[in-house]
Amino acid sequence: MATVTYSKASRVYPGQERPAVNELDLEIGDGEFLVLVGPSGCGKSTSLRMLAGLEDVDAGSIYIDQRDVTHLPPKARDIAMVFQNYALYPHMTVYENMAFALKLRKTSKSEIDRRVKEAAGLLQLEEYLSRKPKALSGGQRQRVAMGRAIVREPQVFLMDEPLSNLDAKLRVQTRTQIASLQAKLGVTTVYVTHDQVEAMTMGHRVAVLLDGVLQQVDTPRALYDTPANVFVAGFMGSPAMNIKTVPLNEQGAEFAELQIPLTREQVAAARAEGGDGKVTVGFRPEDCDLVSPTEGGMPVVVELVEDLGSDANVYGHAALGGNSERFVVRTDRRSMPNMGDTVFVKPRTGRSHVFHATTGSRI
Amino acid sequence: MEFDFADQQPKLLMLMYGLVAFVVVVGGLLLLLDVVPAWFARRQEARLIAASASGVPITRRPRQREGLFALFFLLPTLLLLGIGLVVPAIRTTLLSLMDRDSNDWVGLRNYGWMFSDDSIVRVLVNSLIWVLLVPLVATAFGLIYAVLVDKARFEAVAKSLIFLPMAISFVGASIIWKFVYAYRGEGDQIGLLNQIVVSLGGEPKQWLLESPLNTLLLIVIMIWIQAGFAMVVLSAAIKAIPGDIVEAARLDGVSPWQMFWQITMPSIRPALIVVMVTLSIATLKVFDIVRTSTNGNYDTSVIANEMYNQAFRYSENGQGSALAVFLFILVIPIVIYQIRNLRQQREG
Repeated sequence: MATVTYSKASRVYPGQERPAVNELDLEIGDGEFLVLVGPSGCGKSTSLRMLAGLEDVDAGSIYIDQRDVTHLPPKARDIAMVFQNYALYPHMTVYENMAFALKLRKTSKSEIDRRVKEAAGLLQLEEYLSRKPKALSGGQRQRVAMGRAIVREPQVFLMDEPLSNLDAKLRVQTRTQIASLQAKLGVTTVYVTHDQVEAMTMGHRVAVLLDGVLQQVDTPRALYDTPANVFVAGFMGSPAMNIKTVPLNEQGAEFAELQIPLTREQVAAARAEGGDGKVTVGFRPEDCDLVSPTEGGMPVVVELVEDLGSDANVYGHAALGGNSERFVVRTDRRSMPNMGDTVFVKPRTGRSHVFHATTGSRI
Repeated sequence: MEFDFADQQPKLLMLMYGLVAFVVVVGGLLLLLDVVPAWFARRQEARLIAASASGVPITRRPRQREGLFALFFLLPTLLLLGIGLVVPAIRTTLLSLMDRDSNDWVGLRNYGWMFSDDSIVRVLVNSLIWVLLVPLVATAFGLIYAVLVDKARFEAVAKSLIFLPMAISFVGASIIWKFVYAYRGEGDQIGLLNQIVVSLGGEPKQWLLESPLNTLLLIVIMIWIQAGFAMVVLSAAIKAIPGDIVEAARLDGVSPWQMFWQITMPSIRPALIVVMVTLSIATLKVFDIVRTSTNGNYDTSVIANEMYNQAFRYSENGQGSALAVFLFILVIPIVIYQIRNLRQQREG
């Protein structure tokens, strides 16, 4: 059990101007399940590999349990990692794969046997112990990779997109298995994914990265409800939040005929720092209603309706400041419109997110 | 030296013939294997489209015709294999059971001779030493070199240095090494080896006359040529080990030594086997090096060289053929092993 601290940790790949990870400051509590999420190339895997010791730290430092591990080799850090492609040793059986690290540390045979059997039981791998990885399915390989990490009984688990090679159904199933396993073992875990659903469902806290810079760290709920900037707002949630930059007046934001009221402070903040009379407003697809034409909604021409079974996503265009802008609304299946219809969309009051038009930060 | 064009004309003409023959043969093969099937395929396709358009049920080409078609393409290969390999092999086997003029049947006498004549037993022992040492040393050297140079700064240059001898023919290499081993009775030594010995205060030697050292010195030539091959194949195999497996091993806490024995070696095992087998076969058949360096004298002869001597120099058709058959028998188990290995890999 341990805490992990990144302190202004940076990584610059040779020959590149922009750091892959830029002064990352992050504190991960003992036993916490922290998810690093972001689009590809945002530095999330690099951050994880820096913690593992597979990647150099060019500036700043990393601590595991207050111990400076910045320049220690991987094996001195007491961590275990689950790789995206599992990285099982193809010439060893499942048992040997799991026992390898313990064998290298000269753990006694009986202790190795006990731990491997225990992990195999936990992961339902008992009957496959004598098989080679190539004789296993993708899901089984993934569990062996987990088992290999578990038997080490490390201070920290690192997982680098461990579910991305599984099919959709297995991914959902394994997602809950990993989360409950982590809860049972109570080992501090850093988990990298590009899938915001995984991040939302698995993490105690989620760290969102973009271009090597940490955007926000918070609980999934707080990330969803109060995103710190436009990027986080657009990245978390599926379908994505409707985010538009619109003219600003004294009372609020002008969505064509529709007015989204803002407080006096919000208007003042939006005007500061070169706001240029504009403001960025976002509202989630589920935070709006389809209303009748008389109730003053924004007219949206429906282009596509996704029937998800439980509810439906309605995609359409609306004229906004001379441009045709795209909108998504989540609606009840009973009031599902047809393609080509014009619906009137009204965001619920108090559920909009307001951001500064140029800096993108939350107001 | 002046280059007289007229003088060289016959040679240039030969060169022309060679070029024309090359173009005709290769062009003909391409025509046969590429253009003709493509034409057939196009015609078939057009027929199918026409058939589907008109709605007439498609009639499959009868099986018999497909078989004929296959035979047509197999014929050149079968013909060449027959003329070049099968017939000579059978004929050689028959000759090995006959006397020197291939007139009378002598049973297994030629084989008896092979294992009883002291000089021939010596040849067999030499071949054994060759086939034990060359694959092992060349592979070991290539492997160590490949591991050491992997991801080093001047990897490409360092690898080319070792690989370059591969481009030299066995005869060329032997002549180069003959200079290295050269001996002068008086005056300065021109051979590198003797020069080194002299500068260290030793007496120069006639290296290629001293048995069994001379066999080892000839083996060095073969290793010099083949280590590059081993190195290149093994280096490629090492590079093909997935990076995350190496990283997983580092996280698991392997030392460099353990990394080599527990991760690298098992991962490149198939490549190691291919290299060893290829080198074993090449070594069993070695002829040029011995022929060029010592002509098989001073107890350096090997099976292939002795076979040539018996069959073409001493006109001992029976004994020469027996040696050829024996060489063939030695290669067979290695080939079988290799094929089984390949098949296992494909299944696994």
